[in-house]
Amino acid sequence: MSDYNFAYLDEQTKRMIRRAILKGLAIPGYQVPFASREMPMPYGWGTGGVQVTAATLVPDDCLKVIDQGADDTTNAVSIRKFFENTASVGTTTQTAEASVIQTRHRIPEEALREDQILVYQVPIPEPLRFLEPRETETRKMHALEEYGLMHVKLYEDIARHGHIATSYAYPVKIEDRYVMDPSPIPKFDNPKMEMAAIQLFGAGREQRIYALPPYTKVVSLDFDDHPFEASKAPHPCALCGATGSYLDEVITDDAGGRMFVCSDTDYCETRRAQGHVGATQTEEAA
Amino acid sequence: MQSAALKGGFETPAVQSAVAFREIMTAMARPGHVSHVTGGEAPAPVSAAAAAVILTLCDADTGLYLAGAYDTEAMRAWVRFHTSAPLCGPEACSFALGTWDDLRPLGRFPLGSAAYPDRSATLIVEVAHLQPQGRTLTGPGIQDRAELSLPAGPEFADNHALFPRGLDFIFTCGAQLAALPRSTRVL
Repeated sequence: MSDYNFAYLDEQTKRMIRRAILKGLAIPGYQVPFASREMPMPYGWGTGGVQVTAATLVPDDCLKVIDQGADDTTNAVSIRKFFENTASVGTTTQTAEASVIQTRHRIPEEALREDQILVYQVPIPEPLRFLEPRETETRKMHALEEYGLMHVKLYEDIARHGHIATSYAYPVKIEDRYVMDPSPIPKFDNPKMEMAAIQLFGAGREQRIYALPPYTKVVSLDFDDHPFEASKAPHPCALCGATGSYLDEVITDDAGGRMFVCSDTDYCETRRAQGHVGATQTEEAA
Repeated sequence: MQSAALKGGFETPAVQSAVAFREIMTAMARPGHVSHVTGGEAPAPVSAAAAAVILTLCDADTGLYLAGAYDTEAMRAWVRFHTSAPLCGPEACSFALGTWDDLRPLGRFPLGSAAYPDRSATLIVEVAHLQPQGRTLTGPGIQDRAELSLPAGPEFADNHALFPRGLDFIFTCGAQLAALPRSTRVL
């Protein structure tokens, strides 16, 4: 055991965060203010998610951390190591093995179970912030359920681009009450938010926690004549051939060469281990 | 008397409160789910589950209201020593502990405001029996329908009608615990 208190934070801080999580679960989609602490990493690196994870972890947990779907990027690796050191929990890269998954900007492709918890890192929790910079006003708008401005924003998208051009952090309405920022996940992931697992959202710099209990109604805002569409790049994965997963575009040379690969590295690796092959491998073999 | 108040806390507070919180969170996220929490022991008649909830969630920042038979000198001393929670009346409390009859009427507890609905009380209700059978529940956290043995009466429907304001309930019985957030519709 290390010289840190279990899961790094002191007990007083964890109680404060835990009370905020409970109120968040009781009022799905409402952003609960909390006294966010300085963490040993910069803002923007998941300080909110780390505090929520720290308040939620138990010693038996198995933690998975992803950054844009990948387990092996700097942010994911360092947060995983942080909790190995401070909470002595087991870690994994496999979605099915994890009991707590902290994520930056993706929901795993594999459907989550009732015994799992998904913790999101959130940069700007207020969906109305870029439309109305004053907290006093956005708070009033949430209190009065005044979300006309958000529909105007989506309408302006249509007027300018012919379709709703918002492709990530696509606003959702929770249980017909609160409009919520799903964090900068691609809108491809929005329909997955009605899931069996508990979803917790932590915004460290902005000092907000919000939550979705399992099976909470999550509706992506749209119009009757411009319905919401969970879009993705129209390609199969070049490595595993998956057609239903969210893809990253990878530039492969300076002559316009590119490939599309699964953003969820664990999903892609599992499929390849099962023998699925994408276009890249078949070309190499030929 | 004094030495009795010193007993009954968590032996390993960091780990035991983490485990207890996980159970409380699961209960709050899944209304109708009955969890088990142990590790705390408060003076009679407080249940083990209620003691664990108080140890896990209460501190100097949260006013605690002890209702009826739970407002004893022994309990007050136990709360002061283990949590430093200020003891207060129902109007200013963050948490309240008591039986259903002692906690009613519910209108005297903070319900939160439209701008800050989180500033409402959580009631820890000690009940004689707790089972996932009884009144039907629907809402967030429930896939289709759930059931929970709740006291009869219109209070839960009235509370839900205030949404997003309203009270949240944690029901405790021995080492068992279940929760009912304001978002749940009780049929």
